[in-house]
Amino acid sequence: MGDLNEFTLPVKLFLKTYRWRPIKSVPWAPLKKPLSESRLALVSSAGLVAADQKPFDESVRGGDPTYRVISSDIELKTLIDTHRSESYDHSGLHQDPNLALPLDRARELVATGRIGSLNDRHLSFMGSITAPGRLLRDHLPEAVSLMVEDGVDIALLVPV
Amino acid sequence: MSLIAAELERNGISTVVLQLLRVAAEKVGPPRALLVPFLHGYPLDSPDEPEKQHQVIEAALQLLERTDLEPPVFEEYLKPAPRE
Repeated sequence: MGDLNEFTLPVKLFLKTYRWRPIKSVPWAPLKKPLSESRLALVSSAGLVAADQKPFDESVRGGDPTYRVISSDIELKTLIDTHRSESYDHSGLHQDPNLALPLDRARELVATGRIGSLNDRHLSFMGSITAPGRLLRDHLPEAVSLMVEDGVDIALLVPV
Repeated sequence: MSLIAAELERNGISTVVLQLLRVAAEKVGPPRALLVPFLHGYPLDSPDEPEKQHQVIEAALQLLERTDLEPPVFEEYLKPAPRE
């Protein structure tokens, strides 16, 4: 489960020969304060967009490097899955979008005091980016700056 | 997601990635990855199962709280014990 054998042969072959981009000098940001005082943001790679946002574009070679901001007060069931990858089963997250963007669970964690607060903005990307250069250069710095601006302390990243 | 996690950490934000594809974590090396044993498309276990989803998130949060780790961290998901 969660391994290469779930994929079709062409995808398996692609992943076996894919030149991954290793992170050089892995950065490390330990917690600065207890979780009960920390602000949480969620990051999804399920290609989710709000109804009034532009869908991710599957036709972009190397993967769509853009991102969408998802508001914390959005009704989860209104999110649209625009990731058309056939490499995974989408039915679970269509049934319950918390699988990919667990906003309801995060709200519950704030209510119990486990987490200090939930950020107003969350980040949505479309995974399967095989050429991450444009993401790293043109879009990710801006997306991360929004989180810094908001005073986010911790992020839960949920790939699909 | 590992590259996104790294950029967040470079900017002082602590991260944890729910990692389905083990080879991706091993090759790319995110700061903190919780290796979850679920099918692709199901990073939080099961739809409409809040308790199961909370168990996965709690394990991720407990990984964030660990002070004995150095990056890159790959931790197998085990259902966490209830918090006292």
